[in-house]
Formats: sequence, C-alpha cells, structure tokens
Amino acid sequence: MTVSPTLDKRFREAAAAAGLLDVAYDLAETPVGTLLVATTDRGLCRISYDPEVERATEQLAHDFGVRVLRAAKPIDPVRRQLDEYFDGERTRFDLPLDLRPSAPFSRQVLKRLARLPYGQVTTYGALAREAERPKAARAVGAVMNRNPIPIVLPCHRVVGANGSLVGYAGGLERKELLLKLEGALDSTLL
Amino acid sequence: MAFVHVPPFEHFYEENRDAVLHELRRLLGRQAAEDAYQETFLRALRAYGRLRHADNLRAWALTIARRVAVDQLRRREVSPAKPESAVDARPAYAELAELADGLPRKERAAVVLRYGYDLSYAAIGAALGSSEQAARQAASSGVRKLRRRMQ
Repeated sequence: MTVSPTLDKRFREAAAAAGLLDVAYDLAETPVGTLLVATTDRGLCRISYDPEVERATEQLAHDFGVRVLRAAKPIDPVRRQLDEYFDGERTRFDLPLDLRPSAPFSRQVLKRLARLPYGQVTTYGALAREAERPKAARAVGAVMNRNPIPIVLPCHRVVGANGSLVGYAGGLERKELLLKLEGALDSTLL
Repeated sequence: MAFVHVPPFEHFYEENRDAVLHELRRLLGRQAAEDAYQETFLRALRAYGRLRHADNLRAWALTIARRVAVDQLRRREVSPAKPESAVDARPAYAELAELADGLPRKERAAVVLRYGYDLSYAAIGAALGSSEQAARQAASSGVRKLRRRMQ
C-alpha cells in the first residue's frame, strides 16, 4: 500500500506551515538545468547544480538541522524570482539569505559579491581588495568555488585578471550562459 | 555506545510512510487513517530534532502511529454524539451504550466499539491498551452479561 500524492503533499504543506522544518527544499527546472533550492526560516540557504538529492539533504541536515523535508511552497518565491531572472525580467534578487554555515571571511566576501550589479564583472583580486584582504585573491577564488547560493550570489560575475572566465563550480558553460544572459560577455576577452 | 547517525527527516519519512499508513488503516479504517497519517508525522517531526540516535526508527514511527490511533479512538468513544458524517451515523451506538452501561469499563468499551462502531479487535485492543485477544474476550464477556440481563 502506498501513500497517495494528495496525502503526501498535504503532510508536507502542513509541516512547512507549522514551522516545524529546519530546511525546506525542492527542485526547480531552469535553463541551466535542475537546481535543488533550499530555504530555512531565515531565508534562502542553498542552490545546488546537478543535485544528488541524498547527498544534498545530508549536507543540509549537517549545516542547519535534521528536520529537512521536500516541500514546494516555501521555495515558491525563489522559484518565481529565478524564472523572472532567466526570462531577463529581473536584474536583482530580492530574497533574504541564510549564510550561517559560512565562515566569517566567506560571509564577508559573499556579502560584497551580492552587491555586484547585474551584467558587470569583477576580478578575484578586486573582490579581495574590497574585502580588505588584497593578497587573498586565491582565497576569494575558493570562496566562489564553495558559494552555497550560486546565481543569486553572482559568483559567475567574477573573472580572472586577464578577463578569462577561469572557473565555475557549476561548469564554465553555465558561467558563460549566465553572463550572456546578462549581456556581460562582450566585455571579457574569453 | 553504538551511535547511529540520525538521517535527514526526508529519508526517515520516505522510509516509513507506507508502513505507517498501513498500520493506521489496520487500526482505524481507510478514512480516519488519512487524518492520523498527517498527525503521526507531525508528531514525529516535533520530536525528531531531539533524537540522539537512529536505532530502529521504524519501531519509533509505528509507536507514534499507534498512539495517534489510540487518541482518535478515545475521542470517538468520548464524543459519540458527533459522528463524522450523516452517512456514518450509527444509531446503534446510543442504544448499545445505554444497554452496556452497567458493564465493567473495558467490557463496555469493547462491546460498544465492536458492535456500535464495527471496529476490529486489533483497533479496540489498541484503544484499550490491551491485546487483540483481550479485546475479543472483553467484548464476548460483555455480550454474555448483556444477554443474561435481557432474559
């Protein structure tokens, strides 16, 4: 005997509505593939490319608490803003973020990154200088590589000093696609 | 001390939802099992963050399910005047309850739940905190006494 989709959905919605979850997550279909999107009561806490759901939920449980449940509704605002972004109708995300698991330096860099405007690129070195750690370009690169909320925290807008795309945790093709979407690719040398 | 890592709730839920629903249907019937299903996992969720280990989560889930079922059965027993729907109304209950008034508590409950509500002995046992067998005996002993009284 299996649980009907209606019954299943009713429980998931009730759990989220009752505020009993540490993390709610769901999958979102986008032009850069299926994303796993997760939120806490404080805000958006994760976007994962090519998610392996089991591993991703283990990580979320480790970072935020074991009450991790797939639930569509808490994710809806993020889904909506992502859709608008990919339709070219949104140039700024307006979502609270939960960066608790990130170390202080990472958090500082990610907050700087969040202010980098749509369609503009910067370099790892410039971001390091802004964070008042001018020699930490490499460390900034590592923070970008572990960015828990790509796209919304636009690490795709950070490129090498010579304008090359350098790298992207989600794969260079995606970095290119996002920059093209934002009309930012012509300003880099590739 | 053996330490089994507590999995994300999603895993626990997916692993146990079918078994929980199965148990609830056995105890409560199809319709009532659906409400109890939600209540069971909400209760589990409330306690889940405090679990220290994950030994035998299946048994833990089924224990919660049985407690929820018992609570539902008790509520039915307490408020017979409010049947779930008009179709579900069982006028037999009122008559039976009156008839069974003089019986010992367990026998009275067993008779009313069995013949007034048509519950299974397994469900009655769960409601009374006893075995299926004990529920069967309580009901039949109650019925014998009623027969004697009516002669």
